[in-house]
Amino acid sequence: MLAEHDRAERLMEIAKAEGLYEEIHLLKEDGTLAGPVDDIPPEVMVAMYRHMVFSRAFDRKAIALQRQGRIGTYAPFEGQEAAQVASAMALAPEDFVFPSYRDHAATMVLGQSPAHVLLYWSGRVEGIRSPEGRHILPPSVPIATHVLHAVGAAWASRHRKENAVSIAYFGDGATSEGDFHEALNFAGVFHLPVIFFCQNNGYAISVPFSRQSASRTIAQRAIAYDIVGVRVDGNDAFAVYRAVKEARSRALHGLGPTLIEAVTFRMGAHTTADDPTRYRDQKAVVEDWRKRDPIVRLRLYLESQKLWSEADEAKLQDEVKRRVEAAVEEALAIAPPDMEMMFDHVYAEEPWHLAAEREEYRRTREGVSV
Amino acid sequence: MSRMLNLVQAINEALDLKLADDPRVVLLGEDIGKNGGVFRATDGLLEKYGEERVIDTPLAESAIIGTSIGMAVNGLIPVPEIQFLAFIFPALDQLFSHVARMRYRSQGQFPVPMTIRTPYGAGIHGPELHAESVESFFAHTPGLKVVVPSGPYDAKGLLISAIEDPDPVVFLEPTKLYRAFREEVSEGLYRVPIGKAKRVREGEDVSVFAWGSMLRTALKVAESLERERGFACDVIDLRTLYPLDRDAIVESVQKTGRAVVVHEAHKTAGLGAEIVSLINEEALLYLRAPVKRIAGFDVPVPFFALEDEYMPTEARIRAGIEETITF
Repeated sequence: MLAEHDRAERLMEIAKAEGLYEEIHLLKEDGTLAGPVDDIPPEVMVAMYRHMVFSRAFDRKAIALQRQGRIGTYAPFEGQEAAQVASAMALAPEDFVFPSYRDHAATMVLGQSPAHVLLYWSGRVEGIRSPEGRHILPPSVPIATHVLHAVGAAWASRHRKENAVSIAYFGDGATSEGDFHEALNFAGVFHLPVIFFCQNNGYAISVPFSRQSASRTIAQRAIAYDIVGVRVDGNDAFAVYRAVKEARSRALHGLGPTLIEAVTFRMGAHTTADDPTRYRDQKAVVEDWRKRDPIVRLRLYLESQKLWSEADEAKLQDEVKRRVEAAVEEALAIAPPDMEMMFDHVYAEEPWHLAAEREEYRRTREGVSV
Repeated sequence: MSRMLNLVQAINEALDLKLADDPRVVLLGEDIGKNGGVFRATDGLLEKYGEERVIDTPLAESAIIGTSIGMAVNGLIPVPEIQFLAFIFPALDQLFSHVARMRYRSQGQFPVPMTIRTPYGAGIHGPELHAESVESFFAHTPGLKVVVPSGPYDAKGLLISAIEDPDPVVFLEPTKLYRAFREEVSEGLYRVPIGKAKRVREGEDVSVFAWGSMLRTALKVAESLERERGFACDVIDLRTLYPLDRDAIVESVQKTGRAVVVHEAHKTAGLGAEIVSLINEEALLYLRAPVKRIAGFDVPVPFFALEDEYMPTEARIRAGIEETITF
């Protein structure tokens, strides 16, 4: 029996030979193009780069804050910046976004404040409010459940004849869950305007994709539901951006859902509570994926096009540092919560038993004896 | 104007009226369209409102509830049907992790108004897992409301209230009562309030709390006990199981000093235990006898040849009430 990794590689070779869901590349690792990118305005490219650089700095800072005990467990996304930033930039304000807990690079592009992200990871529910004018749902913790929510929201958009799509962000592990399949099936049957955006980052905590499924790709799952499936280099911001733009356009033209598999890599741990050296040769894989870094190649391209300079970079690094520090200050400066807010928003109107429990809490919290 | 309708007709009329009344209302579920639902609760609605509003879905309960969440956060008012209560089990993740928590988690930003309708309970001799009565699962889940009608008039008024409620409601329809009897049901939209129990028989000797199909059985026993032994039962139809109507329960027990809870759900950790606790907290000193629970036995709901004896029978209820009164 072949080692699992070899088997997966072998099957992938066959898939490539068959032309089955070949990974789409536009921006190569050396910063040169694999195809024309006339559809992507230069200012969008620069904005992508700026968001990605900021996201990475934020991500690293968040890990440091966790290490210092200033926030709780955190789920880092380093390595996945292109997938998240470029996909988010291809959306419109009216779209409905259903993120997982590792998609802050995407939600920050859409206006979620970095300070709020830190609050979320500090156990503060205030951290997941959707910014005004956007529809960003709270991150879904149970894996793949929110993929169905995106289908439902897309249904409602069509029902209300709105020019909006829904997008669900999820990982490779989610594709083993029943809800993922139910979502693809429903969206296929009803031709709903929804984008299934899977960041295949190689691992669901410790389990590699080869152990997650015998499917060679995630994109090929689309065949079974007769929907469009696309496999892109998830570290290639241009390929991701175009794939989501096209999916969005198809959705709005009544052509139904798209499953996008963005092939990327989680450079760090699953969360700050995880130790990746237990399940992979962390040093070797990170070294390997550094060569495919999404930020490096985009900078090389922008510089080659004279869209970016050393001076721009220095300015950006300075700005990023200030913005990250400001976010940290804002998050850490927040007053401790009024503990009584735990009783808020269970129902639109507080029922008697909750009112009684709230009262009991008020009466006893100071340790007042009867 | 009112007519004699059975419970399933009353449900159908409530859905019809809300579909006509509010363009945001959408029905979805298995076999609810062309087939009109396996109990015909949605009969004729597809023809009347079209397949964008009365949706025959693929067979996937998690998706029925999961997509309803998405619809609700984007401005619709979904009324999903789960074909039988036990079929909701694959959707419990959606129900517990999201339906019940979305308002809370989003601090009011994304409420998910929806009414999950499902037939429940034993008594029609269906196959295995068509007779469950697991209302306490939902009554143990903050964020949900749990409503059970016991007759056509209440079924219509409660369902309209549920669909208009800003919070998610699990609406349990007693399968046994769908066609069991008819009663006067008013035409047009009317509401029966959620959270309010109803006294269906006035008495001084013992409070009897029941809901769903057990209410009918308990009522029969109360009638015969009064006729044959002169015991007067204060029979309360709880109608909403979460949140409970504390005042109705407490007032009745304060008056009678005795209480019996009748439910077809398993006894252990069933809702009866909660009602006993409430009485203990609020009316202990009024009690003249221990509060009795007459419940489904703590066995898996058996195959239907044994079903009638699993549910509290008139004889068991009668014995329980007599023991409580003569304690």
